[in-house]
Amino acid sequence: MPVAESESVKTSPPTPTGPSPRLNHLRLLEAESIHILREVASEFERPVMLYSIGKDSSVMLRLAQKAFYPGPIPFPLLHIDTGFKFAEMLTFRDEMARRVGAELLVWRNEPAIAAGTNPIVLDTKRCCGLLKTQALLDALRHYKFDAAFGGARRDEEKSRAKERIYSFRDTAGQWDPKNQRPELWNLYNARIHPGESIRVFPLSNWTEMDVWQYIHEEKIPVVDLYFAKERPMYVRPIGAGQEALLPIEQDFVARPGEKPQMVKSRLRSLGCSPCTGAIRSDADTLPAIIAELIGFYSSERANRVIDHDQEGSMEIKKREGYF
Amino acid sequence: MATLTAPAFSIEEFLLAERGKDLLRFSTAGSVDDGKSTLIGRLLYDTQSVYEDQVKSIEGKGTTAPGQIDFALLTDGLRAEREQGITIDVAYRYFSTARRKFIIADTPGHEQYTRNMATGASTADAAVVLIDASKGVQIQSRRHAYIASLLRVRHALVAVNKMDLIGYDEPTFRAIESDFKAVLEQIATDTGTPVEVHFVPVSALKGDNVVHATDAMPWYAGPSLLELLEALPSAQETSSAPFRFPVQRVLRPDHTFRGFAGQIASGTVHRGDEIAVFPSRRSAKIERIVTFGGDLEEAIAPLSVTLVLDRELDISRGDLIAGIGATPVVASSVKASLVWMDQRPLDLNRRYLLKHTSHTVPAFISLVDHRVDLSAFKHEPALTLRMNDIGAVSLHLLRPIAVDLYRDNRSTGALILIDPETNATVAAGMVTAAEGQSVTEEEDEAAAWGRVTAGEREARWRHRGGVLELSGSSQLIDAVERSLFAIGAATCRIDAGQRASLEQLGLLDAVTDLQTQSGLLTILARAGEEGALTASAGGFEITLDAENRMHAVAAVHQLLERAGIFISSEGADL
Repeated sequence: MPVAESESVKTSPPTPTGPSPRLNHLRLLEAESIHILREVASEFERPVMLYSIGKDSSVMLRLAQKAFYPGPIPFPLLHIDTGFKFAEMLTFRDEMARRVGAELLVWRNEPAIAAGTNPIVLDTKRCCGLLKTQALLDALRHYKFDAAFGGARRDEEKSRAKERIYSFRDTAGQWDPKNQRPELWNLYNARIHPGESIRVFPLSNWTEMDVWQYIHEEKIPVVDLYFAKERPMYVRPIGAGQEALLPIEQDFVARPGEKPQMVKSRLRSLGCSPCTGAIRSDADTLPAIIAELIGFYSSERANRVIDHDQEGSMEIKKREGYF
Repeated sequence: MATLTAPAFSIEEFLLAERGKDLLRFSTAGSVDDGKSTLIGRLLYDTQSVYEDQVKSIEGKGTTAPGQIDFALLTDGLRAEREQGITIDVAYRYFSTARRKFIIADTPGHEQYTRNMATGASTADAAVVLIDASKGVQIQSRRHAYIASLLRVRHALVAVNKMDLIGYDEPTFRAIESDFKAVLEQIATDTGTPVEVHFVPVSALKGDNVVHATDAMPWYAGPSLLELLEALPSAQETSSAPFRFPVQRVLRPDHTFRGFAGQIASGTVHRGDEIAVFPSRRSAKIERIVTFGGDLEEAIAPLSVTLVLDRELDISRGDLIAGIGATPVVASSVKASLVWMDQRPLDLNRRYLLKHTSHTVPAFISLVDHRVDLSAFKHEPALTLRMNDIGAVSLHLLRPIAVDLYRDNRSTGALILIDPETNATVAAGMVTAAEGQSVTEEEDEAAAWGRVTAGEREARWRHRGGVLELSGSSQLIDAVERSLFAIGAATCRIDAGQRASLEQLGLLDAVTDLQTQSGLLTILARAGEEGALTASAGGFEITLDAENRMHAVAAVHQLLERAGIFISSEGADL
């Protein structure tokens, strides 16, 4: 609790080694996540951590380091590369894997990429279906992974609010929201038949605010795209005085006549460049990002095109096998 | 948010205040018409925990009067629910105030969702029980209160909702209060857990007494629901309880380090503390409390840490490290309250897998002691439990576990049952009694001159008794038998021919039981497909396309570890 600082109350400095008698919410969330990571590593034959390079993945990776310290992370990282990730993200990914000493696997749906799949030729739903969902299912099958960690949080979207921490998927990788296993205390049911798998969400109970505060407190590196700076963007009016800021990474995003402008902006969540809108922002430090978050009037995924295709679109994608 | 525009807002002060916030988990339950979703929607909306676009997406929809937001739509997640207009599963919601962060386990109230209510209550520190003021105490409020008490949720906040519909009438509220207090007393007598209770008259629709106090009920001077939630004692009462630490994993990155990773289930541990390991009862001292951020002098529940002991003890996943003093009971017979959660009813002839802390052991339900009739809180005799039934049973475990009573410890007294065939989680259990196996002086005497015990055999052979069924090429079966012999396992192989003659005499089970009781590992071998091997033990089964003998051998050893026949992972190292 914040205590008014006066000379008279400053008696002893806080001891850095002992925990405070009352653990704060971040310590409690951390302890729960580490417990989950250790359970999965101990109960499954071939777990893998989906590493998407974003802030949630960054937190999850740090928690994995903590869970098995002083040992190494006992499972590989898997990145599903759609070919549309920002160049900065890929550099960051390779650097992080090297730094934590984890094995990094990268999987791309090469046939679909070679066929020129993109969200404009197809629609976003079918594009995601091929480059993300299909690629993910292929990778899990190829490596015979029986458990896959994902950084999804329940506060992200309505259908995620009902997701279990251990989310059971059938042999086709599909989620059945009506037939989920009850999950009590911290006793997770890890039993599966051959070909079935479990998606595990160690950050289930974290909110966007928790994630940023933890990154701040723990000094966890994140991709520079989260911090505001002058960046070239296509500024596209979308009606009702609203605009979309589209990164210029891919040429096909531009409409005829559209020219990039320099805009002080940042990304709130990292996805594929054609489907991730930026926001105007001056937040160039972690405290500034957190301050901005307090004032936000739109939820995080509102900047991602995918959830708005139709009501409940995230739920439909998840049923099909999406993370 | 108002704080941002206030001139004095400082992000540093905000972050400092955030560092002091703890976490409170509470469950809610209500039926379709209780206004539960509205109440939660209101709680989220009035604490500014909903983003503008989420509010926009529901404006003008729903069933409320024009211009009034239907708050229920903020929380109704799944398509099926939107179509049916009901909440069918546990949903988790998050919000935070200047004082603390909250996690809501939002559960449906209908009878068929008793299992969801139990799920929500299992991690909750408090339960918000809803009563519709216009209807009085209904069955689902009783059920929710009972489950909260059974799962030892210490605080019940009773929100008497829809006060606006009854003209904010005090006598109606008081009548409900006294009715429900009587119900809670009945419940406490049955479950043995008294619940601390607070009553608040609210209107979720109008916002009265949910977050803000109201002028509508001058006769009520108490706190709003949110004020109560902010004031409840924090969840961390367990830091003064006896120390319990279920070992999740042995960390051995190199020969210089051997640590036991786990989450402190209860209590506090200090460097230098004397501890005992269960079920072996060997003791040691804590040499280090290791974390990524540096060693700690002490650690409290529920931190996840890694413990290093001052001497080499044979400890593996599933063992329990406990403080000396109030020790757990090592038992292979326990009584438990069960909430049955599966379509298939409880089956006394079926073997289940019991998961407790970080280990899984095969178990039988030897007896259904009673079933609870939730409408009258009466115990009635029963032969089985069906989906959403609550009852008491006697369990027989094929391996002893170190347990506490659920009443004393919500972590080391809790268990789930899994059907090994369907892999479904079929029941949640709370240990109510455990038959101990305590060590006395006579037993020490017996250890010197008496009969050889199972524990002694386990200590020597490093495995428990059990049956390993192998079907595959004789070359692979021989390799497995040889590998077990090589690590000093005591095995007895029964080949197909011998098995057939034993079966003919009806003696196979008797023989394998006897051998298991004597701590032997019986190998039941059967010729099968060339190049393939199927192995099963303790309810686990693997099938391998094994060209490589080493792979097959390693997989079988892993299986034996999983099945709990191998005591430590050392035996599996090849």
